Amino acid sequence: MTSVLENIGLVFLRLFEQTGLWFRMLWRTITSAVRPPWEMEEWFRQMVRVGVESVPVVFLTTMFTGMVFALETYNGFHRVHAENYVGSAVALAMLRELSPVLVGLMVTGRVGSSMAAEIGTMRVTEQIDALKALATDPVQYLFVPRVIAGLIMLPFLVILGDALGIGGGYIVAVKLLGANAVIYKNVTWQFLGLKDLWTGAIKACAFGLILTLTGCVRGYYTSGGAEGVGRSTTRAVVSASLIILLTDFFLTKILINL
Amino acid sequence: MKPDDGQVIISLQHVDKSLGGKSVLHDMSIEVRKGESLVIVGGSGQGKSVTLKHMIGLMQPDNGHVYVLGEDLCCLEPNELNRFRRHFGMAFQEGALFDSMDVFENIAFPLRRHTKMTEEEIRARVEECLDQVHLHGVETKKTSELSGGQRRRVGFARAISLRPEILLFDEPTTGLDPVISDVIAELILEMDTTLDSTTVSITHDMKVAFKIADRVAMLYGGKIIEEGTPHEFMASTNPLVQQFIEGRAHGPLTE
Repeated sequence: MTSVLENIGLVFLRLFEQTGLWFRMLWRTITSAVRPPWEMEEWFRQMVRVGVESVPVVFLTTMFTGMVFALETYNGFHRVHAENYVGSAVALAMLRELSPVLVGLMVTGRVGSSMAAEIGTMRVTEQIDALKALATDPVQYLFVPRVIAGLIMLPFLVILGDALGIGGGYIVAVKLLGANAVIYKNVTWQFLGLKDLWTGAIKACAFGLILTLTGCVRGYYTSGGAEGVGRSTTRAVVSASLIILLTDFFLTKILINL
Repeated sequence: MKPDDGQVIISLQHVDKSLGGKSVLHDMSIEVRKGESLVIVGGSGQGKSVTLKHMIGLMQPDNGHVYVLGEDLCCLEPNELNRFRRHFGMAFQEGALFDSMDVFENIAFPLRRHTKMTEEEIRARVEECLDQVHLHGVETKKTSELSGGQRRRVGFARAISLRPEILLFDEPTTGLDPVISDVIAELILEMDTTLDSTTVSITHDMKVAFKIADRVAMLYGGKIIEEGTPHEFMASTNPLVQQFIEGRAHGPLTE
């Protein structure tokens, strides 16, 4: 019995420790971001890596999600003779929820993991110590460009995802299921507000921060050679995905009341 | 080869350090004097690298003090510590070269960050550093294309690029064949003479140690058990030291 309680206690201790560490590194990243030198070239390189290179993944994910969503809602709405509102359901779902979360999760898998692996390898091959020995703050050099890239590029990816999802839904509903094109287009825009767009963008910023910082922190605290790098990479993806899903609920709760 | 006025520039005083619950350094004290070449020898896991990392502030002691150029490293803010590290050049065990950059960019890295040199001046300085370590025509190579010996040399070139006052070498010859080891040892000796800096090296290769050292110290059980000139060290009556010098399997070190 005692050992069970001990284990439960340990899990919570580790959780609190990791949460504290995450916020401490967030604070260090913020303070490092506001003082020179600003590595613009590195910022740009990371933006390309997080943003531009993620476009194919985002393209496929959101387009097919929009298509499936239209297929399912058309089928469901048909039962209550509300097929005309499929466009609106697809657009609202994509903008407010599906695009930010799916893009966040996909970019976590693609970019968060590679950041953890890259920084983890730098740790176990003493490159992080070498950075420090060369009078360079590793948080400023490694974390800041990556986190900034996540914060800036995720909203763009999400907006691209919104458009692709809506487009995918249109193709399925109009071309495949024979919905009226004019009505579909009108209904798509009818219930959409600017708020739906910016709440999605705010979520995207938050997820961009979470996935890049988690990747960096997990990589930075890697120990134990190649196996350790593998462990950090897995942990980065699992923790970032979980934090994204949890944060999504609370952010939605806050943003919906604004 | 020039322990001049005897001014102490690095001083570890009664340092204790535990890692993962295991005591690595225990009441360890050592001084490094300006201009000398100190070599710390000792078996694997005796805390040689940990000692070196304390000198440059990559690790902080649990107890005790580390003074470098009169400053207590424990009392420096992270930013000040970062600036302070410009006095140092450190060559890591496997080179620790940045694999996202080519050789040129590795050596140019500290110059770009800490000086206002123009691209031309940087190019000239990188060439000068590579010349110092007798490497030519490798500027555009990826670090993965280099041999073990070349990696160490590029690591040396990067370490000296800012003309530091203190050079630290972490196991400079480990994993290299005897000939290349000797070449690297000669290179350290040459850099020590021409750069007029203070060097601290750690190694378990006694041949290298005797070749490059003005003073040798042996680390065992978390503290220095013997130190002196290579001659004094060789003549030590301490059975631990003698066993280590002779590389015998049986003796007090292995009991």
